[in-house]
Amino acid sequence: MEDKTPFINVLISLGDDHLILGHRLSEWCGHAPMLEEDLSMPNMALDLLGQARNLYGYAVELEAKGRTEDDVAFLRSDREYKNILMVERPNGDFAHTILRQFYFAAYMKLFWESVLKNGDGRLQEFAAKASKELAYHIRHCGEWVVRLGDGTEESAARMKAAVDALHPYTNELFDVTPDFQHCIDGGLLPEPATLRADWDASVEQVFQQAFLSVPEVPFPQTGGRTGHHTEAFGHLLSELQYMQRAYPGLTW
Amino acid sequence: MVAQAVVDFEQQRAWAVAAGVLDPEVPCVTVADLGILRSVHMEDNIAVAKLTPTYSGCPAVLAIELAVETALLEAGFEPRIERVLSPAWTTDWITEDGRKKLREYGIAPPVDGSASKLSLFGNVEVACPRCASANTEKLSEFGSTACKAHYRCKSCSEPFDYFKCI
Repeated sequence: MEDKTPFINVLISLGDDHLILGHRLSEWCGHAPMLEEDLSMPNMALDLLGQARNLYGYAVELEAKGRTEDDVAFLRSDREYKNILMVERPNGDFAHTILRQFYFAAYMKLFWESVLKNGDGRLQEFAAKASKELAYHIRHCGEWVVRLGDGTEESAARMKAAVDALHPYTNELFDVTPDFQHCIDGGLLPEPATLRADWDASVEQVFQQAFLSVPEVPFPQTGGRTGHHTEAFGHLLSELQYMQRAYPGLTW
Repeated sequence: MVAQAVVDFEQQRAWAVAAGVLDPEVPCVTVADLGILRSVHMEDNIAVAKLTPTYSGCPAVLAIELAVETALLEAGFEPRIERVLSPAWTTDWITEDGRKKLREYGIAPPVDGSASKLSLFGNVEVACPRCASANTEKLSEFGSTACKAHYRCKSCSEPFDYFKCI
């Protein structure tokens, strides 16, 4: 029988991206600069959480070792998480959060659309829904990038600072681990490199309207896919996992 | 061996019971109006209801599944709930009756043919559910639940929810 481990690992790493970014977004709940954003960010977080559950649920089903999606989310240590570094970064200001969301959504939409054309059957079921949800994320966040970039002196400076800080983390979206390569070869997943031109174009299109330019990235920030995280990640996990760690087996 | 007529009758009865369950977050419409109840059939005396989620992270999914299960139990069935993802639910499946109920409840229903890319990104014309004016503006892309956006009518000044296209 074919070894499903590489695919399971990739599903979990993609689930990690969604769970961690969803968690970061949910931190804005009650703190957003306006009521509309206080609704938007938890709503986007909810979409990401739902997508994470799909991915984790599928992974543990394939694994068939009795783990649940909750075990995957709450009972692993930092090194076992394989999310990209960008999603675990502290939220920063609103410009940082919105730009990160835009970068991620622009990538994932292309990813899911590519899965729909050619990929694993179950992933295609997730993709049909997720690609439409992400269309709303892209529109919402893209509009904000333009509004802030083409806004006041202050908002433009903050958006530019966000680009400078976050762009070095975007290369990791396209990283291919050996497990990922195995899945590409098996026709389960799309090759991220083939999405690069379209992703660059979506970013460029929004940046032009926002009077922003894509910075040179001499040193891309990577490491999350191999479990090498930033300092902020441990703090995030301690909050995310607190309940299950303090009261093992707790259910609602 | 149960007569086919009895199975058919039970199947119809089970559908009617399940179809009457109201959506917990939009309690003016039933799961059948929304098109999230895909089918109900009898399988060796078990009533199998297939439901599909609206959004990946819709928190109402569990509540809806539980409500349908409970309704079937109370009607004397032994229920089983199955979650179906494919084909993905779209707002186009909301019935005419469902759209009418939404409007009466004060929620603008999704515009017709909503699943197309054009209406997902283009500027849709959303009519005010209270005064029917097309002179409305979007206040927020995301509303009180995952499936809604927030709008305001510039004619009658009333804010309202819009059930957005997906």
